[in-house]
Amino acid sequence: MAKSAWPAMGDRTVLGSRVSRLDGPIKTTGAAKYAYDQKLDGMLYGRFLIAPYAHGKIKSIDVSAAEAMKGVEVVQIIRNVGDEFLYAGDAIAALAATSEELAVDALDAIKVEYEILEHQMDDTTVDNVSGRVRTSEDGDVAAGFAEADIVHEGHYGVSPITHCCLESHGQVCEFKDGELWVWPSTQNVSGYADGLTKSSGLEASKIHVDCQVMGGGFGSKFGADQWGNVCTELAKAAGKPVKLMLERDQELMTAGARPSAHADVKVGLKKDGTITAWESNAWGSGGTGGAGRLQLPYVFGAIPNSKVGQGTIRTNRGSQRAWRAPGHPQSCLITMSALEDAAAEAGIDPLEFFKKNLDKLDVRLPNAENVYIEELDIAADLIGYKDKAHPRGDKTSGPIKRGLGMSMHTWGGAGHPSNADVVINPDGSVAVNCATQDLGTGARTALSIVVAETLGIPMDSVQANIGNNTLPPDNPSGGSTTIGGISSSSRDAATNALNAMFAKVASGLGVAADQLEARGGNVQEIGKPDNSMTWKKACALLGSNPIKGTGAKPTSDGTKLDNSQVGGCQMADVSVDIETGVVTINEMVAVQDIGTIINLKCAESQVHGALIMGVTYALYEEAIYDPITGKMLNADMEFYRLAGHADVGKLTVHMMQTEEHYSRGVIGLGEPPVISPGAAISNAVANAIGVRVPTLPLTPDRVLAALA
Amino acid sequence: MPTDEKKPPGSGFSRRNFLKTIGAGAAATGLVREVADTAVVEAASDVQGPGEISITLNINGKSEKVSVEPRVTLLDALRNRLDHTGSKKVCDRGTCGACTILIDGQPAYSCSMLAVEAEGRKITTVEGLGTPEQLSALQESFIEHDAQQCGFCTPGFIVAGTALLNTNPNPTADDVNEALGGNLCRCGTYSGMVPAIMEAAKAMKGGA
Ligand code: FES
Ligand code: FES
Repeated sequence: MAKSAWPAMGDRTVLGSRVSRLDGPIKTTGAAKYAYDQKLDGMLYGRFLIAPYAHGKIKSIDVSAAEAMKGVEVVQIIRNVGDEFLYAGDAIAALAATSEELAVDALDAIKVEYEILEHQMDDTTVDNVSGRVRTSEDGDVAAGFAEADIVHEGHYGVSPITHCCLESHGQVCEFKDGELWVWPSTQNVSGYADGLTKSSGLEASKIHVDCQVMGGGFGSKFGADQWGNVCTELAKAAGKPVKLMLERDQELMTAGARPSAHADVKVGLKKDGTITAWESNAWGSGGTGGAGRLQLPYVFGAIPNSKVGQGTIRTNRGSQRAWRAPGHPQSCLITMSALEDAAAEAGIDPLEFFKKNLDKLDVRLPNAENVYIEELDIAADLIGYKDKAHPRGDKTSGPIKRGLGMSMHTWGGAGHPSNADVVINPDGSVAVNCATQDLGTGARTALSIVVAETLGIPMDSVQANIGNNTLPPDNPSGGSTTIGGISSSSRDAATNALNAMFAKVASGLGVAADQLEARGGNVQEIGKPDNSMTWKKACALLGSNPIKGTGAKPTSDGTKLDNSQVGGCQMADVSVDIETGVVTINEMVAVQDIGTIINLKCAESQVHGALIMGVTYALYEEAIYDPITGKMLNADMEFYRLAGHADVGKLTVHMMQTEEHYSRGVIGLGEPPVISPGAAISNAVANAIGVRVPTLPLTPDRVLAALA
Repeated sequence: MPTDEKKPPGSGFSRRNFLKTIGAGAAATGLVREVADTAVVEAASDVQGPGEISITLNINGKSEKVSVEPRVTLLDALRNRLDHTGSKKVCDRGTCGACTILIDGQPAYSCSMLAVEAEGRKITTVEGLGTPEQLSALQESFIEHDAQQCGFCTPGFIVAGTALLNTNPNPTADDVNEALGGNLCRCGTYSGMVPAIMEAAKAMKGGA
């Protein structure tokens, strides 16, 4: 009988190998249809009118001229007279017209008078903190600092950034035969319909959701949101299909941001580098939403005498949303920078310093101290630490200063609840069905790998069906939970299907069903390839009835196939031009443990992508708000800067693939590698120029200000 | 006296050239306003619209008739009026390269060009470079090197990379960086692109 436990490391066929993603052919040829690409007969184009001020009320709104325009089929007022709005970019009205150009003209025809109210944009000063300040204290902080030979104090900050998904948020939808058909760009295929029941007036079971590919989410696309609901209402009112996807400026202002974070930090050290105390007073802003929880001190949470406080500043910006590893990149930057500054003050090599204090880890990764040591050593080796490291401040002459920096992180990444089924057809073909979503992580490919591995057949015999809410439900993709969920449910389903098949074909091989195994394209007596039949032949014995196995996370036989808690470290090698303030990445190294790897190719891509996103938030991207008008000044892609091809330097990724890691089970990889880049780069810049640039991103003006 | 002081501002730039320049992503920002003003003046002598006019576009080797207002960009015409949705709209203003197409073999941002301007020219979209069943060498190489995640930016990179390989069969890593410099990816898929293009170059020469 087949068991759902993962095969021994040496016994894998496709699991953990480098597999090209299955949707590569449709993505590279433009054949992939995203929500943004859906075009239905008679489809109308929806647009929002958005608030031009950061805070205000509607004095008057007149949509009659827009309504009178030929081809404008519905106009909906979202904020009526007297209604308040809390940020620039908030929706005031929406309409649907027969063309995009006409929709734009019609927006121009809407007349709104605004009463402008006071706004608050500044989240950089602790004075603006309002409401409850969360505090906690451990040990004897005063004694801890008294014990210290060096007390370092510093300020560290991370500016707000947006998600900037290249496919903006929204959906296309159509009412047909009393039911609703929706094509959203979503991280939550199974749960999406629940968000539309009110606006559609339909039960979730009458709402059909399809999302085969989606152009990026990063934590910002979990629900139907206002745009999904308005789209639905417009379609209902017009009796025609409507497409409503956010314009780029609205996307950047409205559809998600990572909260800012600032902290005043005090660290106590003994001369030998032992950390004796930590005190931090942190705050941040998630716009109109909360600022999320920071974890300070990060990774080194067991620093003996510590006191932390965190407050929130409400600003008139769009609400924060989960952004890859919520709270972690900010906590990491604050902690690793403050610790590295303290080590520099003590004149201690940071690698030695971090290793020395690994007894103060507070992470749930088993054997964490050894894992981090091994990872730090590998990273140091890969980046050439011995040859390149120097005390803080590159003393060589000339304006270009070079430096190294490092950082460590941790994340959970346990699998989420998931369902899947696997169908074995009499012709030998196999389908795996799961209403999960592929955000670009390779979820679809992972399902195929797991099922092919389980059934001992080539991947091209397996068809993976995802992205549709008629399939067995899966949870939303957030917090690196998908791979642990879908690999468990699909492995379970495939195992159950296989055992059902064994029961039907066992007599053909003259043994009991529990004496069979599937491997190398055959069904055979366990360990006896001589007594076997081909997969095709075995399937033909099923007659005309396919076999279906259902599976779930948690698995039906109770075997735990996933796990959680990882470490990981990164190092950066940068050059800084102290005349222009421009930071250049020479090289970054990421070393990541991640348990059982399903697809090494996509896993490495995840880490590369995270490093590149990390370079972007470390050096370039930042949502800039005008304190006077409260408007986002760079709600476009010229000035909301993403790293380009030539900006990222050499990237080296090392995945931990020992037996020890393999045997842990499957753990999600979306978040961990995106946590450290900001801290590693900031530390490298400090090492190069001799002073800390306190706030990310490390733009030339900030670098020059720090040097001044 | 420098000679260009005699010329009206912006002369030497036809409207078409202006759009071409923008389309190639090479417009110096300081020039744009001045040139745009000139474009308006020049356009006045050749008024089309404002209503829809019928034009014929040569897309991927086929003639396609389409009715557009003159203000409609080539990208919107391709995506909304025709059925070529491979080119994506991300910034809609010449920054990200997701809408990159080939115009007479040269890469251009289709969001920054009017559909009417493209009449009589050879338009190649990503769909004209290969199909899922018959991938181009570069498409295959992008898949092999996993130079894509969500894939939304990928068509633009494929077109820009194809344009490079069409003119430079032996690109260096620097050539690739430059050729793809007008395209952005949020998922961070740049790492696979240099090897993808180098390998495709080899394959196209029969070396793989
Ligand atoms: S959509 Fe054309 S360059 Fe961005
Ligand atoms: S692959 Fe997602 S934006 Fe490039």
